[in-house]
Formats: sequence, C-alpha cells, structure tokens
Amino acid sequence: MIEQRGLRVYDFGVQHKALIMMKTTRWFFLSLILPVANALAEEALPATVDYNRDIKPILSNNCYACHGPDAKQVKGGLRLDSFKSATSELKSGERAIVPKDLAESALVYRITAEDVDERMPPADSIKKLTARQKELLKRWVAQGGEYAKHWAYVAPKKAVAPKAVQKGFTQNDIDQFVLAQMKVKGFTPAKAADKRSLIRRLSFDLTGLPPTWAQVQAFVNDKSPDAYGKLVDRLLASKHYGERMAVYWLDMVRYADTIGYHSDNHETKPLYREYVINAFNDNKPFDQFTREQIAGDLLKDRTGTQLIASGYNRLNMNTREGGAQPKEYTAKYLADRVRNASTVWMASTLGCSECHDHKFDPFTSKDFYSFGAFFADLQETPVGAQKATKVPLPRDEKKLGAIEADIVVLAKQLEGTDVSTGQAKWEASQKAAAANSVALSPWHRIGPFAAPNFDQAHAKSFVNEAAVDLKKTHGKLKWAEAKNLADGKVHALTGANSAHYFYRTIQSGSVRPLELSLGSDDSFRIWLNGKLVADKKIGRGVAPDQDKVKVNLVAGENKLLLKVANGGGPSGFYFKAQQVTLPGAVVTALKIEGAKRTPAQKAVIAAHYRTLAPELATLRQKISTKNAEKTAAINANSTSLVSVSMAKPRMVRVLARGNWLDDTGEIVQPAVPGYLKLGKVPEGRASRMNLANWIIARDNPLTARVMVNRLWAMFHGRGLAMPLDDFGSQGTPPTHPALLDWLAVEFMDKGWDVKHMVKLMVTSGTYQQTSIASKAGMETDPYNFWLARQGRWRLEAEMVRDNALAVSGLLVKTIGGPSVKPYQPAGYWAHLNFPKRSWKADAGDALYRRGMYTYLCRTFMHPSLAAFDAPSREECTVERVRSNTPQQALVLLNDPTYVETARIFAERILHESGKDVETRIAFAYQQALHRNPNAKELILLTALAAKHLKQYQADAPAAAAVLKVGAKPADTKLDKAELAAWTSIARVVLNLHENITRN
Amino acid sequence: MQTVTDINRRAFIGRSGLGLGAVALSSLSALGAGRDLERWSGVVRPLHHAAKVKRVIYLYMSGGPSHLETFDANKPELVKMNGQPMPAEFTKGQSIAQLQNSRLTCLRPQFPFKKYGQSGTEMTSLFPHLTKHVDELAVIRSMHTDAINHDPANTLMNTGTTISGRPSMGSWIQYGLGSEAEDLPGFVVLSSHAGRSPQPISTRMWHSGFLPSQFQGIQLRSTGDPVMYVRRPGGVDAGRQRDVVDAVQQLNNLQLGTTHDPEITTRIAQYEMAFRMQTSVPDLMDVSKEPKEVLGLYGCKPGDGSFGSNCLLARRLAERGVRFIQLYHRGWDHHNGIVNFMKNHCCPSVDQAIAGLITDLKRRGLFKDTLIVWGGEFGRTPMAQTSKGSAGRDHHMKGFSLWLAGGGVKGGVTHGTTDDLGYNAEQNRTHVNDLHATLLHLLGIDHTRLTTRFQGRDFRLTDVAGKLIKPVLA
Repeated sequence: MIEQRGLRVYDFGVQHKALIMMKTTRWFFLSLILPVANALAEEALPATVDYNRDIKPILSNNCYACHGPDAKQVKGGLRLDSFKSATSELKSGERAIVPKDLAESALVYRITAEDVDERMPPADSIKKLTARQKELLKRWVAQGGEYAKHWAYVAPKKAVAPKAVQKGFTQNDIDQFVLAQMKVKGFTPAKAADKRSLIRRLSFDLTGLPPTWAQVQAFVNDKSPDAYGKLVDRLLASKHYGERMAVYWLDMVRYADTIGYHSDNHETKPLYREYVINAFNDNKPFDQFTREQIAGDLLKDRTGTQLIASGYNRLNMNTREGGAQPKEYTAKYLADRVRNASTVWMASTLGCSECHDHKFDPFTSKDFYSFGAFFADLQETPVGAQKATKVPLPRDEKKLGAIEADIVVLAKQLEGTDVSTGQAKWEASQKAAAANSVALSPWHRIGPFAAPNFDQAHAKSFVNEAAVDLKKTHGKLKWAEAKNLADGKVHALTGANSAHYFYRTIQSGSVRPLELSLGSDDSFRIWLNGKLVADKKIGRGVAPDQDKVKVNLVAGENKLLLKVANGGGPSGFYFKAQQVTLPGAVVTALKIEGAKRTPAQKAVIAAHYRTLAPELATLRQKISTKNAEKTAAINANSTSLVSVSMAKPRMVRVLARGNWLDDTGEIVQPAVPGYLKLGKVPEGRASRMNLANWIIARDNPLTARVMVNRLWAMFHGRGLAMPLDDFGSQGTPPTHPALLDWLAVEFMDKGWDVKHMVKLMVTSGTYQQTSIASKAGMETDPYNFWLARQGRWRLEAEMVRDNALAVSGLLVKTIGGPSVKPYQPAGYWAHLNFPKRSWKADAGDALYRRGMYTYLCRTFMHPSLAAFDAPSREECTVERVRSNTPQQALVLLNDPTYVETARIFAERILHESGKDVETRIAFAYQQALHRNPNAKELILLTALAAKHLKQYQADAPAAAAVLKVGAKPADTKLDKAELAAWTSIARVVLNLHENITRN
Repeated sequence: MQTVTDINRRAFIGRSGLGLGAVALSSLSALGAGRDLERWSGVVRPLHHAAKVKRVIYLYMSGGPSHLETFDANKPELVKMNGQPMPAEFTKGQSIAQLQNSRLTCLRPQFPFKKYGQSGTEMTSLFPHLTKHVDELAVIRSMHTDAINHDPANTLMNTGTTISGRPSMGSWIQYGLGSEAEDLPGFVVLSSHAGRSPQPISTRMWHSGFLPSQFQGIQLRSTGDPVMYVRRPGGVDAGRQRDVVDAVQQLNNLQLGTTHDPEITTRIAQYEMAFRMQTSVPDLMDVSKEPKEVLGLYGCKPGDGSFGSNCLLARRLAERGVRFIQLYHRGWDHHNGIVNFMKNHCCPSVDQAIAGLITDLKRRGLFKDTLIVWGGEFGRTPMAQTSKGSAGRDHHMKGFSLWLAGGGVKGGVTHGTTDDLGYNAEQNRTHVNDLHATLLHLLGIDHTRLTTRFQGRDFRLTDVAGKLIKPVLA
C-alpha cells in the first residue's frame, strides 16, 4: 500500500462526496482501488520535474524520518530536506546528490541498489519506492536536483486569469483558471444545474437550511438575468448565514459547553458562540476576527464584544480532577493551544514538535514552546473551575456609558465648587487632632503557613512573634510589603489549615491608647511591641468590625503584629485603627504651617476635604448613587470565559520529550517559528497581539491560503489543497495552485472580506455545474480533481436535524443564547460523575432549536448528532468524518425528534395540501425535496398510505401512540388514523437519502 | 480487470460503512439491488501473520485496582516499612496525585497471599473463584504508564496516547480486521459498577477518533434501550416499521437509477442492518432462556446490570462474532477504605463472574480463540492515603499489574516485577504500548503496519513505540 503514498492522489473523497472523511480513509481506499492507483502511477513522467509537485512528497514520505528536519534523528549526517546538505560531502566521502550526474549521486545508487543492505529505504522499514518514483528522482537529479521552497511557504502571487472562456460556463475569473486546467487534462465542464437544484444547494451551503417551496418557485419563475445573483445576495444577508459559517468555525476552535476532562463539568461560554455568529453575519473582516480572538483583551479601548472574542484562548479542555498536578496541566493547556492556533490559522502541524523536532516540516521543538509562550500570560486555574468574567454586551456598554458620562459631569461640578471657606474652618478644627494622631506604615505580610489542622494553625509560632525579622525567610515564604491591604476593607486570604502574619509600625507622638477594630476568618492574635495583647480563636466568616481591641502605644515607633489563622473554606481579615480618621499624608501636611506647605501637600489636603465637605454632600451622594448604579450594571452583565492577561507571564521552558517534570530545558520567549519570521521583531516581550498581527500579516504565506481553501471546501466538498489541516510537506500540493493563490491574494486585497470570497465562489460557473456525473467523468476523474462537475454529499449532523425541523415547520429560528437540551435517551449521562447528573430535556421552543445550540457535553456528545459525525470538540476539527452507518438509520427512524417532526410534517400535509392522496404526496416532496414525485414514487407511497390508513383505522391505540411521540400535542381536529398513516409517509420522506443529501 | 467505476463503487462501499456487519440484502434482490456487497473485512488482508485469537474481551477495571492487594502482594519489605516514611529516593521528583503536599507513609499489603495452582502464581485471598483458573493466567507485574490522573490514563490505555481525538484500540481492530458479526456492531462496550463512587468514563475511550465512525464502539446499556434508538416508536409495530424501511429502500433505489450515487447503495445496506439490529439486539439482551446453571455460573440475575450479567453478555457477543468486547467496571478508585471496597465490593463483584466466563468460554470452545485482558488504567501507591477516612491508596503509574488469558497466551506465568516496595516496575518493564502491540499481534496484526494517515502523519495505536511481550505468548 505504501507505494501509492507518493502519488499525487490529492484526495479521494471527492466524487459524489465530500470532503471530509477522505483524508482519514484514503489509504484503505487505495487498497481497494489499486488499479486506479496504478493507472495514475503509469501516468507519463513529466518532461520537467517539479520539485514541490513531484519530488518533495517522495522524499518526505520515504526519507525524512531519518534524513529530515528532526536534527536528533539524522542518520549518516545526511539531510535530504535541504539542497546544501544533500549536495555536501558526507563523512563517507559520498554526496547524495551531484547535480546532473547520476553516476556520482549516492542517492541514485542507493535507491536502485541490488544489494538489500545497500538499498534505501532500508528493507526493514515499511517504506518502499515504486519504479515511477525512482525514475522521477533520477530525472530530477539529471535535471539538476534543484530544491524549491515548499509551495505553502512562498507568499502567494496573483496571476492574471488564463484566457480560457466558455459560453454558458464562465462567470468569473475562477472559471478561467478551472477551465484552463480542464483543457490541459482533457475535460469539459458539466452543464449547469437546474434552478431547483441550485437554490436547494445554495440554501444549504449558505444558511444550512432548506429553501421553502415558495422560494423555489419564485426563483424558478424569476427570468431576470440576475435572478441567481439576487438569490445569493438574499442568502448572504440571511441571519442564518452566520449560524452556518459558525458551525464550521466552532469545530475548529473546539467550542463546547463542558470542560472535557474527567468530571466534564459545565462551563459558560455561549457569548463566544454568539460572537462568532455575529462576526460572520456582520462580515467582520477576517483579520479583525483573528485579532479579536487571539488578543481582543489587549486591544486599546477594547469593547465587551472584543473581550468575549478573546474567549477563544479559553476554549481548551481543562480539568478539575482531584490529584491532578497543576504544573502538568499547565503544560497540557499550552500544548493544546499551540496545536489549535497553528492548525486553525496556519494548517500547520506544529503540535508534532511537542516532544521532538518535526519530522517533515521545518519546526523545531523550541518553535513549539516559543509559540506556546505567546499564551503564557493567560490567567487560568490549572486544576479547578475556571473563573468567568463579567462582560458588558453592546447594550450594557450603552447603559454603562450613560452612567459614566453622568459621573463625569457630577465630578466636574464637585471639582468646580469653591469650598475654600469651609476648608479653612475645617483645617483649624483638625490641627489638634493631627498633632495627637498616629501614623501607620503600610503592612508587610507573609503566609500562608500550612498546618496539619486548625488548632496548630492558630497556636503554632511560624515566625518569631516576639521579635519580627522582616528579612528572614521561612522555607519558600518571604515577608513582602502589601500596600494594597488598605485599612477598613475586608481582604481575602487563601489556604485551609493555615496562618498569615501582617506587620506594621505605628508612629505616635505620645503615650496613648488606640482602639483597633478587627474582623477575621477564622482566629486572630495581636502582638504589640513583642507582647501578645489579644488572642481570639473563633471559627467564623469575616466581616468588618467584629472585635474591638484597645492597645497602649508608646511614644515613637510601635511594632504591631497580627496573625490570622484559617480552618477550612474561604478566609479573610479586616483591620482599622479607630481613632485615626485622617490619612497619613493629610496628617503630615496638616502639621505644617499653611504657608510652608508644598503645592502637593496643599493639594492633598484640598482633595481630602472635598471628600467630607458638608457643602458638597449632595453632589457626593449623587455620585455615590451613580457609582452604585454602575456597580449594579456591571454585576448584571453576563459572564463569559475570556482572556485575562497577567503582568507576569508564566515561565515557559522547552520540555525535553514533552516531559513536564523536566526543569532543565531552555527558557524561551514568545516567538513565531524561525523559518517564518516576518517583519520586525517587537521590542521587549512579544504579546498575543504581535502573534495575531503576524498571523494576518500581508506577507504571511499561509493564513489567506488556508482560509480560502477551507471556504472552497465548504462549497465543493474538498479543498484545492488537501488535507485542509496540513499545508506542510506531508500535505498534497494544490490541484490548482494559481487559482488558490489568486483567491488568497484577492481575499487580502479586498480587506479580508469573507462574504466577498463566498460570493465569488458561489457565483462561479464552476459552482453552478450539475452534480450528476457523466459515465466518462466518473471513469476518468472519479474524485473530481479537475472540477468538471459539482459534488454531492450528506448533510452535516446539525443540518440533518435543522432540515427535518424546517421542513415540518417546527424549527424555532432564534439566533444565539444559551445551549438547549432537546430529547436525549434516558441514562445516557449515567457515566458522568463529580457530580452525578442527568439530562433534563427542555420544554417548549427550546426543543426545536437548530442543532448548533444543542448542549455539547464533550465526553458524551448528543448521540443523535454524534451519529452523523458531529465532532466532540475536544481537539481542532477542520474536516469532519462523513460516514454512512446503521446508527444514522436508527436515529432517523426512531429518535423521538424525528418521529415528532414527521407527525408535525404530516399535520402540515393534511392541512396545507388537499384531500387527494397524490396531491398530498406531491406536497410532501415539494416541501422536503423541492421537486415533484414521479409516477413510480407516487404509486409506491399511495399504496403505503392506504395500507397504513387501514391498519390505523383498525387499531386506534396504535394510532394514538404514534401521535403521542414528542412534546407537541397532536392536532385534535385531524382524524387520528389518517394523521398516523401520513406520519408514516412523512417518516419515509424524511428518511430518504435525497432528503439528507446536498447535491 | 474490473472497470474503474466498478472498483470505485466497491471502494466507496467499503469506505463508507459496511464495517458493522455483513449485508446480504436479500430482501432487496427483487429491487435489482442484489449487488455483491461485502461486509467490511478490514485493511489487514491478508493478516500479517497467523492470528491466535479472533476476538478480545477486555475487562477494564476503571479507577485503577491496587496491584498490592491483588497480584503483587508478596512485599515483605513493604510489610516491614508499614507506617514508616516512604524513602524519599522513590518519590523525589516524581508525579504525585492526591498525596501532593502530604507526608508519604508506607502501607503494607492489606490481604494475605499465597501460591495457587500448579504454576504457584501468587495472588491474594480476594479471588476464591478466579484462583481455580490461575494456571490460565499470564500475570504481568511490571506494567507502567505515563499519566497519573484518570482521564489521561484511561485515554492512554484505550488509545495509546493521552491526547484526545485518536482512535481507540477497539476501533483500530475493527478498522484492521473488520467484523464477523452478522447483525451486530463489531465493537461493543458494556459497563457496571460496584464499590466506591464510580469513575466517570467518556465516549473517548471507545471513540473512533479520526477513523470513520462506523469503527467506534457501540454501548450496550442495561437500562433504557440497550442500543440507543434501537426501539421502534410507539404505535409502529415490526410490520409497519418494515413497510417504512421498505419504502425508503425502494425510493432510494429509484434514485440510484438516476444519480448513480454509490452512497445510496451504502445507505440501503445500512438501513437493512439497522432494521435487523432492532431484532438482533433485543435477542442478544434476552438472557431469559439461559439455563439456571449458566446464570449461577456467573452469579447474576437477568437484567441486574451487574458485571456478572455483562460477562454473560460478553459470551453471547463472542458467540455472535463480535470482535472487541469491552466491559468497564467503574468502582476501583480506592483513595480510602481500600480493605472494605476490595473485600466487600469490587473483588466479589468480578471474581465469580470472570471465573464463570472462563469456564463458559472453555466448554463452548471459544476460550482458545478469545483473548481476555484484565486491568485498569494504573495501579495504586505503596503509600497510604488517609485524608479521606480509613486508609486507601493514591493513583500510581510507575508499576502495576494486569493479566491476560486465552488463545495464544501462556497460562500460569508471571512476567516482570516491581521493586521491593511495589513502587517502580523493575524487571521486564512493560508499557501500555507494549500491551497494545501484543494484543494486535495475537489478532494477526503487526502493530507497526496498521496505520492511517492524519494531518500528514501515519498514526498507529502504538504511536512510535511498542514491543511484543514475548514471554507471555504461547
């Protein structure tokens, strides 16, 4: 089977089918279609050998594992991935390639050697070259053995479209490229699809929903020359366009409702899903879309929406498993993000370099970790629940904006009011107090000190409490200044069975008592000048002013030590020195004669006075009301998991062999893969914003190509280059390189305008061809590489559901919002634990939403969607598998959703068509298949309708049972037996292959 | 030579899904659809070498059973050290799960052990039934794995890697060999529970990953519909369901005439299979006709959802040609109460059932071409965990036990050892990848040659590793 691997078998899925599964299955196809492969293999050798097209796949597949980019694996000092190494003298004295000299080229000798021990690839490997591959290599060496840069790493250039035009086919530049290739390969375009097929195809492709029969009729009857263009515009403007595009994007970024590992708990992110839908609907330029997701939180003056977009970085699986080690999971999340971002935007398998340099592509292990370091600033919980953020939606931002504007106005009024008279009086009144006041230094803190239990946490001396030494370290713990611990506020502490210490000095002008007001969770102790003066052991939650403690100060410096110990649960403390009402700076300033004060000191006093001036009380009250309104508005905001950047990013090391316990690897800074370095390296540490900008840089050769290739696959069933997720050496070069490049450059030229690209593609003559293959076409191009027809494939999982609901009229078309729970077999979640939970189906409209809103539990995907290959969103999915299984038949036949849908569809048939059986069948066909039934179909279904009507008339309980499936009550005005019989007909129609096929 | 189209058609059929069984399509021959459709017969054709077994019954003890209370209990040094600190040289720089930041204290094996059978294999007293078959078992005492938490360790044990999205071993085997089952899926998963709070297990453990979904495991459930969506809707009897399916088939067949879409042929075949499953699955699950003696052998009652019932179903699945049968038991995560859970719950719930299964397979002539595997995703620490009540043990990946039995397996042998304290696998260290390599080997597959390409790389169950565990092979 191996010998076929080097062939230019771009992809096998193609004909009649699509994309998705091919890459996963192509090799076992090949075992079955050997004659086809041989036919290709026997294709004449090209006159001029093209390195990227003909040679690189052979070398990459057969040689790179030992003679490729992975520096650690190189055998005999030979690397065949560079011209320099391949042509240099080896230790053995040989040269692998001596350009144009077959006799001197060791490579030629080795691949043709008779002696098994000499021959390459070695006999004990599973690799083997075909005769054609050997001939290609020889011809290549003979022609100079020249290397070309890998096609995907050379920036795309926009060529002028070839002058190939065919009336009735050519609609735009795309067709000229395609037609030129067809001519070379000896094909002619298929005829255009009929209008009913076109509108059905286009509706599914652009909105994921079927057209209504009225829309089909309107389009068929619209004889204007731009009828098709108008249809495209209408569908692109539909709100459902965003939903359809979002499903594809959400697969790639692995959007789900649960965390994925072990207990697989719920995690809230539906605002991100809504963001993606809106972004496509608003046609947000793809560069901006990229920037917002990777670095939306870092944008200047970012909006709530952009913050939500940055939730992209938080879509990875995460764990709450007891006993999971934070360091290990931090490493896992880093690797996950590298795999995802490099696949989504670059179709690069950078993820392969986690443990070693890449075998086929020029990525080093260091590249992997350097790329991961871009994400090291993300705040996250390595093991445990992730913290969601309150995020204002646009409507919230409006409201907040209004409140903030009011506050600004009030603050200006406050500022503008003259209070000098009042202030002078007040200053005079405060002088005595100031003279007698004490000054508190900021706190120093240390902790938490762990103890086996609460008793010891409270009682044990973890530091020298009688004589605090701020320089002394205790294990890993050190004293640190904590200016943020302001007095008069509750501060949270961490750690069960642990203790914290807080230390400060108090300057007093005289010997005097001072009352302290305390709160603690749980116990506290206080030492003044080395003497224990208070000791309270009480388990409680912290609150302000729980205890009052009077201490006696000496004149001069006093040393105060506070210890707070916690048993379990949350913890915290509160501290206020009751008699000190003035901040230290104000006291200092007041002690100085008015005239001698510096401007700064004057300002300090003035500012402080404004906070208590009676003449400003009303204004201050107004401001505080507004501030409360603001807090309330923020608290009312929805939450979403978003990117929060830490000032101090985590340190990232290269982990030898991916081993997270290994602390010896090189420390790396954020950087893009070496060979793709573009533009200026930013000063200082590169940020996610730098990464985003690099991804969408004009001279990045990958991003635009990757995205247009995927758009193409959405409308043709396969990409111009395959697979869609590997543009590296092991991928297959594009069938239409000039077209791919043209599209990529057009995409960038037009400002990364996605709708523009979609419109270009679907208005092409190439797109509008029929999907019915001619016999000749099937034989000569079974996989439709050369695009001389359209493809046909099964609808995607969500579309299968949406289509049935839409046809029956049950579909609730609300966009966005939290996920919903339609019917799911009882007990399906029985294997979940921590906590145990069960699926409770929603009621009402939530039962009939589009499949993309179905609650997505990563470890137990909804079985009805999973049966149709909806991915579990654990990892990036660029191409869905597209299988054809008995489970799919069981779902369409027996899942209550589809039985109920059929019954509601039957009600429509009975209400909206006529009395006549044939009219009713025709109606059903028109609604579901967008065509009229033929005579044979009518006969068949007429007979079935009659048979089941008779049976249900004779068996009333059975008819009643049919009508009871699903939450929606049956229409009691209809005859039960008749409705049950027509439910059978509706079930047949909804089960038809044609009904779940896009063609 | 066949025409290209003909071959393509066969290729598409093969690819798109007859993996779940033969499709005779007899009822369709009248419609002209009586093509020579074959069941999916796998990519390994012919087999890489003669197979020793046709199927695998994998008894998966989820949670991680303690090796020190089962098959690796002869640890005098650990007995001596009971209650003493675990020597730091063992644990320094090592992964630790729930014992992070705790004092590490040795905990001696909690049950007496002795030699059983002619082979003299040492086991604890917890398996009075299984010890009767001890001379059939090849006990591996030197297993080690790379993950210390359940989720990644389960993923590794089932897919050969800790990264999600790769095919499970059952899927690889389906893909490689196809199924012999006529009207049942070829990879079936059952589960039960007894003992401590059950481990969550995920569909990832039997997922087909990047292989087509017809290769994924199908859950057979003891409550609700045994296979999801296999039950006909209310008011639709078998005859009416047949009418609906017949109409679908005939209308699809008419379409085939105009579009020549080979997917339709596959669709028709899958509807037949689905229809048959609506009978075959209830038949399979109906153990009411099993003699009392047989139920007694497994120690189960019909429909009790126990591990014993699942063992009985495993035999029935084996008889019907199912290739990979995986029985999860979710009760083995003994962070506390290890004595109670082992003695009163977990071991009794599997002991008689497994012994019964071996006896039953033997007398039906199925044992010789079945591989039985018993084991969890990892073992448990020689150190005690006391943070959750009476003593238990924490997760442990550096050394644990597992056993094989059946065709091609040398019975009555032990392979490998852990060190004196039962911490590190020492002699004949055996990695999860080695187990997988051996499992495939017994089925006639060279693990280095069963590959599929994904993202430009040839993936395999054993990733880049895997050595046969030769000493346990007959």
